[in-house]
Amino acid sequence: MQDTVLGSDAPRRTERRTGTIRKRMWSQRQLIWMSFPLLIYIVLFAYVPIWGWLMAFQQYRPGFSVFNQQWVGWDQFHFLFSDEGFLQVLRNTVAMSLINMVLGFVTAIGFAILLNEIRKSLAKRFIQTISYLPHFLSWVIVTGIVATSLSTEDGIVNIVLMKLHLIDSPILWLGEGKYFWGIVGASHVWKEVGWNAIIYLAAIASVDPSLYEAAEIDGANRYRKMLHITLPGIKPVIIILLIMNLGHILDAGFEVQYLLGNGQVVDWSQTIDIFVLKYGLKVGNYSLATAAGMFKTVVSIVLLFLANSIAKRLGEERLI
Amino acid sequence: MPTAKRQLQAEPLIFHTVNYLIMLFVVVVTVYPFLNTLAVSFNEGTDTTRGGIYLWPRYWTLQNYEAVFITGHIGHAFWISVARTVIGTVLGVFLTSMLAYVLSRPEFMFRKFITTVFVLTMYFSAGLIPTYFLIKDLHLLNTFLVYILPGLISAFNLIVIRTYIRTLPESLVESAKIDGAGDFRIYLSVILPLCTPVLATVALFIAVGQWNSWFDTFLYASSKQDLSTLQYELMKLLSSTMNSNGNPGLAAGVNHDPSTTGMVTPLSIRAAITIVAAVPILVVYPFLQKYFVAGMQLGSVKE
Repeated sequence: MQDTVLGSDAPRRTERRTGTIRKRMWSQRQLIWMSFPLLIYIVLFAYVPIWGWLMAFQQYRPGFSVFNQQWVGWDQFHFLFSDEGFLQVLRNTVAMSLINMVLGFVTAIGFAILLNEIRKSLAKRFIQTISYLPHFLSWVIVTGIVATSLSTEDGIVNIVLMKLHLIDSPILWLGEGKYFWGIVGASHVWKEVGWNAIIYLAAIASVDPSLYEAAEIDGANRYRKMLHITLPGIKPVIIILLIMNLGHILDAGFEVQYLLGNGQVVDWSQTIDIFVLKYGLKVGNYSLATAAGMFKTVVSIVLLFLANSIAKRLGEERLI
Repeated sequence: MPTAKRQLQAEPLIFHTVNYLIMLFVVVVTVYPFLNTLAVSFNEGTDTTRGGIYLWPRYWTLQNYEAVFITGHIGHAFWISVARTVIGTVLGVFLTSMLAYVLSRPEFMFRKFITTVFVLTMYFSAGLIPTYFLIKDLHLLNTFLVYILPGLISAFNLIVIRTYIRTLPESLVESAKIDGAGDFRIYLSVILPLCTPVLATVALFIAVGQWNSWFDTFLYASSKQDLSTLQYELMKLLSSTMNSNGNPGLAAGVNHDPSTTGMVTPLSIRAAITIVAAVPILVVYPFLQKYFVAGMQLGSVKE
C-alpha cells in the first residue's frame, strides 16, 4: 500500500527554485485552498492533543497551565505497573482481544467457506444480506439484545439450554466473571461474522477455478478441495489480516465491556479504555489516566510497525 | 466401483443438508432477537413482565411508541440524532471527497505531505484525556458541533474515495482544464457525479457511525439534556433495566423512571427505542449492499 498511499512520482528536483515553486503554488492555488483548511483541521484535532501526553509526566492539578505543573518523571508509569488493578486490566484487555481475534477469524473464514458452497444464488444473497445486519447496529442495541437473551427470566439462551436438558436451572450468565470473556467474544462474533466474511468471500472468488477442476479429475472430494485449494488460496489474506490484528492487541473494545459489565464481574470486564475513563473523568487523576492511554498508543504503534515489517518479510507489501 | 459412485452422490446431499442447516442456524440466531424485540415493542409493557413473549405480541398496543415519541424527551433526542446524522454525513462526504480529489491530482505539490499527515492518523490517537481537554479548550463541550467536528474526516474513507477517483480516466480532468475549468469546478461538476457508488458507501459508513454514536454524548454533552441522542437515551435505559448483577429481569427498572407510567415499562420502552433506532439502518443498507461490498474490498484487500 505504501506506494499508492504515499505517492510514487519523484519530485522534480530541477524545478526546486523559489521562482518556479511560487509559480507552481500560484497555478495550484485552488488545490491549496481546497486542502489546507482540512490540513489545519486534522492537525488541530489529531496532532495537537498529543501535547497532552506531557501530563503523563506530571502530577496534573486542574486550574494551572501545562507548564506550571509539578514534573514527576516516570512516576505515573511506575505506579501503573506496580498497581494490581492496572495489571488486571491489562490481562483482561489482552485476553479479550485474543479471544475476539481467534473466534472472529475462525467463524468468519468458516462462514465464508460454507456460504461459498451454497450454489443457489438467491439463497446465498439472502443469507449474506441477513448476516450483515448486526454490523450496522450500535453496540448499545447489541448489548441490549445480548443482555435480554441471557436473562434468567425468559432469556432465550437459558430457555433453549433447559429445553435441551443441558442445564437444570437458568444460569446467571452476566453475573459471573468466568463467563464474561466468552460472552464478549460471542457478541463480537454475532455482530461481525457476516461483515468480516466479505473479504474472505472476495478472496475465495478469486481462486483459480481450474485448480478445482484439476482436483476433481484427481478424485478429490469436497472437503479435500476446501482443505487443499480454498484454504491455501485465501491464506495470504488470512495472514495479512492476522498480522494487522496483532497490532490491535490492546484494543479489546470499550463499549461492550462498559455496557455489559457490572459490579459482579469488574475483575474480568474492565479494559484499559475503561481504566482510563474511570481514572480520568470519574476520579479526576488525569495524569495517571493519560499515562495509561499513552502506554496503550505507544504499544499499538510499536506492534503495528513490527507487524508491518513481518508482512514485508513475508513478501506482502500492502500494509501501512 | 459402484460403492464409490454411490458415495459420490450421497455425499453432496448430506453435505448440502448440513450446510443449509448451519446457514439456517445463522439466520435464525441473527434474526430472532430482532423479531423478539419487535414483538415486545408492540406488546403491553406490564403484560410483558409476565413473560412468554417470543415472536408475537399477546396484547397489541402502540403505547410504547407513543411514550417514545409523544411524551418525554426521547422524541427530541430522536431529532437530534437525525440532525447529527444528516449534517455530519453531508459535510463529511463533501469535505472527504473534495480532499480525495485534491490528493488524487498527481501534479499537486503538497500531495505526499498531506496524504501522510492523514494516513498516520489511522495508526495513533492522542487518547481520551488529551482529546477531552482539546474539546474543552475549544469550548465545544455541550454544543451541537461536538457531534460534527471531531470525526469529520476519516483517513480510511479518504483513501477509499481517492482510490476510486484514480480509476476514472485522466482525460476527463484534462479536457475540463482545456475548457478553462478550475480544480474546484472540475471536482464539483466532473468528478463528484461520477463517484456516486463510492460516495454511497462512504455516506453509509458515516451515517451509521453518526446514528449509532452515544459515547460522544456521554463524554462531551451529558449535562445538556437538549443535546441527548437516541442511542444515549437507549444506553441510559439499558443500564436502568439491568440489575446490579447484569441480569435484565422482566420487571427490572419498573417505576424507576418517572416518565414511564401505566402500561409502559422501561423494558417495553427500550424495545420500542431499539426498533426506532434500528429500522432506518435496516431500510437503507440492503440497497447499498453492492456498493459497500465493493468499497470494503477496495479499502482493505486491494492496495
